[in-house]
Amino acid sequence: MIELDHLTLRVGTFVLRDLSCRVPRGCHVALMGRTGAGKTTLLEAICGLRPVLSGSIRIDGRDVTREPPGARGVGFVPQDAALFEHLTVRQNLAFALEVRRWPAARIATRVEELASWLGLRLLLDRLPQGLSGGEAQRVALGRALAFHPPVLCLDEPLSALDDETRWEIAEVLIDIRRRTGVTLLHITHNRHEAARLADPILLLRDGRIESTPVSAA
Amino acid sequence: MKEPSHPQAERPHRPGSDRVFYVCLGLLGGTYVLLLAATVGADLFYTTPGHFWRALQSPEIRQAIRLSLLSCTLTTLLSLWVAVPIGYLMTHVRFRGQALLDALLDIPIVLPPLVIGLSLLILFQAPPLRALERVFPVTYAVPSIILAQFMVAAAFAVRTMRATFEQISPRPEQVALTLGCSRSEAFWRVVLPSARRGILTAATLAWARALGEFGPILIFSGATRMKTEVLPTTVFLELSVGNLEAAVAVSLLMIIAAVAVLLLVRGYGLNATLNRPL
Repeated sequence: MIELDHLTLRVGTFVLRDLSCRVPRGCHVALMGRTGAGKTTLLEAICGLRPVLSGSIRIDGRDVTREPPGARGVGFVPQDAALFEHLTVRQNLAFALEVRRWPAARIATRVEELASWLGLRLLLDRLPQGLSGGEAQRVALGRALAFHPPVLCLDEPLSALDDETRWEIAEVLIDIRRRTGVTLLHITHNRHEAARLADPILLLRDGRIESTPVSAA
Repeated sequence: MKEPSHPQAERPHRPGSDRVFYVCLGLLGGTYVLLLAATVGADLFYTTPGHFWRALQSPEIRQAIRLSLLSCTLTTLLSLWVAVPIGYLMTHVRFRGQALLDALLDIPIVLPPLVIGLSLLILFQAPPLRALERVFPVTYAVPSIILAQFMVAAAFAVRTMRATFEQISPRPEQVALTLGCSRSEAFWRVVLPSARRGILTAATLAWARALGEFGPILIFSGATRMKTEVLPTTVFLELSVGNLEAAVAVSLLMIIAAVAVLLLVRGYGLNATLNRPL
């Protein structure tokens, strides 16, 4: 569950003021709005990558407003996947677990589990530079999910993909939600994508959040 | 409304040839390449294998080679030691007086090398450093060579590392933070490996700069044979006694050493890029 309570953010002269909303646990929410509306800024604030001027962010009831990004339990998948280019797919998937000092055997089991689930078994020893856009997004999703975060923030994860791959990854997102019960906050410009994946749509307009049911979007 | 027809517009447009453009660029750039090749060629034709062999047999020149290799390598390590943190801080942290610090960091690049040597000499005349020199001699000793080379080489390494960190996308580092890394863990695990080509370039540049440094060394370290003599000092000393053959032979040696290091490091850099798994 994500709760924003009178959140105010500032990036240079751009201000998002007094944002409040509540995303129930296990919900897939599409965050929409014009370019420059502040969608990525809001997502980064939830991930802990942008300081908050006032208000609070709660994840599953816990106030994380002043917590560092790594302590929030939020998986983040940026638009370009941002895989670690010097690490193999296996090392990318294991990254969060190594940082958390999981035992090697447990890491190996979790990586195998993710690789089987996301169809990455044959790619485990490859480097990211040789992966297609869809493969890279699946690795990025696996890397973000590895440590079982309760919230997954996706910044236009499907926008750079061709139509066929886009719907393939959309199916992966539906499967992720079904299997893990994770709360998904997903920035998109594509209404079809939002209608296919999201429960409600949050519209960021004039620095404010408006909630719209999917059918009305 | 129908667009009026223009008979000329119907003719297919034919852009000018690309070949002319490339030839012009080649001619402009080629003059510099030619000049470079001609200077190396002039050195090569001036000297003979005999001159070269005699230069290599000289104990003074051998000592200068050893000292040059040692000081350049230490200077490179020291330059990276400061360039990596400065480059990262200057691109990731905004603070008051940053523009001033930026200008300060460029001073060794724009100042005449002799002035750097003179400034170092004056600095080491200050009472605290004078006291230090009684325990650990710096001026007119080997440490002064490294310090003089470092002053200039580090500025180039800092510039390179700053450009490197500016070019690296902040996204992987941010993802690493969300995955549980502290800022320093993200730096070691993600940022630094991404910057390794830049580090290699900075190291090469620092090494090459250090090898060619002469002005500050002459002022701050002197030109004492078998003591503070590096290869550029040898060229100067040989020239001053009219031994042009030996001076040219040592110059060629420096060219060969610089080219060998550049090729080696760039070859390794290319391999490291092609075979990335660690």
